[in-house]
Amino acid sequence: MLIRFWGTRGSLPVSLGTAALQEKLVKALLAASGRNLDTEDKARAFVTGMLDFAVSHTFGGNSSCVQIDIGGGDYVICDMGSGARELGNSILAANTQQKTNTFHVFLSHLHWDHIMGFPFFVPAYRPGNRIRIYGCHSALEQAFRMQHSSPSFPIEFDRLPAKIEFVQLTPGQRYDIAGLAVTAKLQAHSGDSFGYRFEHGGKSVVYSTDSEHKLEDLGEAESFASFFRGADLVIFDAMYSLADAISVKEDWGHSSNIVGVELCQMAGAKRLCLFHHEPISDDEHLVGIWRETRRLEEITRSDAPLEILAAYDGLEIVI
Amino acid sequence: MHLTERRIGNTLMLAASGRIDHASAEGFKTALQPHLAQCKAGGDVVVLDFSGVEYISSVGLRALMIAAKQVRSQGGAIAVAALQPVVREIFEISKFTLVIPCFAGVREALAELSPSALAAYGAA
Repeated sequence: MLIRFWGTRGSLPVSLGTAALQEKLVKALLAASGRNLDTEDKARAFVTGMLDFAVSHTFGGNSSCVQIDIGGGDYVICDMGSGARELGNSILAANTQQKTNTFHVFLSHLHWDHIMGFPFFVPAYRPGNRIRIYGCHSALEQAFRMQHSSPSFPIEFDRLPAKIEFVQLTPGQRYDIAGLAVTAKLQAHSGDSFGYRFEHGGKSVVYSTDSEHKLEDLGEAESFASFFRGADLVIFDAMYSLADAISVKEDWGHSSNIVGVELCQMAGAKRLCLFHHEPISDDEHLVGIWRETRRLEEITRSDAPLEILAAYDGLEIVI
Repeated sequence: MHLTERRIGNTLMLAASGRIDHASAEGFKTALQPHLAQCKAGGDVVVLDFSGVEYISSVGLRALMIAAKQVRSQGGAIAVAALQPVVREIFEISKFTLVIPCFAGVREALAELSPSALAAYGAA
């Protein structure tokens, strides 16, 4: 099972501005001083192997979109944030034989940052493509139609050439979709959100974003630990620090790295991937959170290690 | 988790010990509660001696947040002192060092919050 991250930013897409880019260039040039980098291969090896992550990478700025690839013919996607645009373009570029495809899209919820990429998802504009959009909200179809309506967008939903279907799911019920066993779970978020657990060939990945956890409720924690139980990968909403999440940003519907580690440790999960990054966080700040989370796992570990990852646009994880 | 109290002048020293986690956080919160009402402007200063605390989870930190919030609204002073290295790191990673004043030791906390109690503490 291969997980590809096309959008990892929370709430609102962001881009790396000129000042931040130049700061990276300055750091890279200083790090390169005195080295012999007179060929492209040497320069590339230096950039990919020698520079700090925050200098050589950017976490990126697209909002939530994650692809789950089990090697079947159909595409499986979680959320249609702005990352869906690049995913669609990538599919188009790879589709040299002009084949039609089926897409299975699982929606965590209907907030704008999780559906805003759909009008720019080029497979929706190709006749013969089939797009099945799954979710637990009764307003699933309405939300997609609304953002295609005037005055928000120039192309009405009914003019999209692909065959688009909406499929209502019931939380807690197991479905077999595109070769995956899929179960949804209700999460605390304004207007509700739903996490998904996907299983295939003995591997499992949980997509749990836009989810606040009420720490005082042990039953809630145990319920999520059960949902995450033994997962090979948990993609987790770690938007805020714990202090913010339970004080000034309480009831804003998001969680923290600390709670992610605790729940994954309770669940015996193998990997935790920090996701839905706060838009104001720059690359250095996110690397700091990632480093601190690895340290937290280390000092609180009582059983098998939990690998800590931080999602960035372009990250691929094989489980 | 245990909480023992000791009064030094206007300062109430509350010494916690053990693990403050899902199993014990509610007990910690309940044990703290009776001491908070007098922690107000012109009233008691509360110093939580964490030298015996081995671990604190998110739910334990939430109990501290609630206590700090109540004390702040009453115009009082509350602080945590003598965190073990692991607990100190948890405070830093969770950004709780920004929520409640943290001091290296009890003496440092008293020096900042109640010099008169520090004198009494030194004499004891």
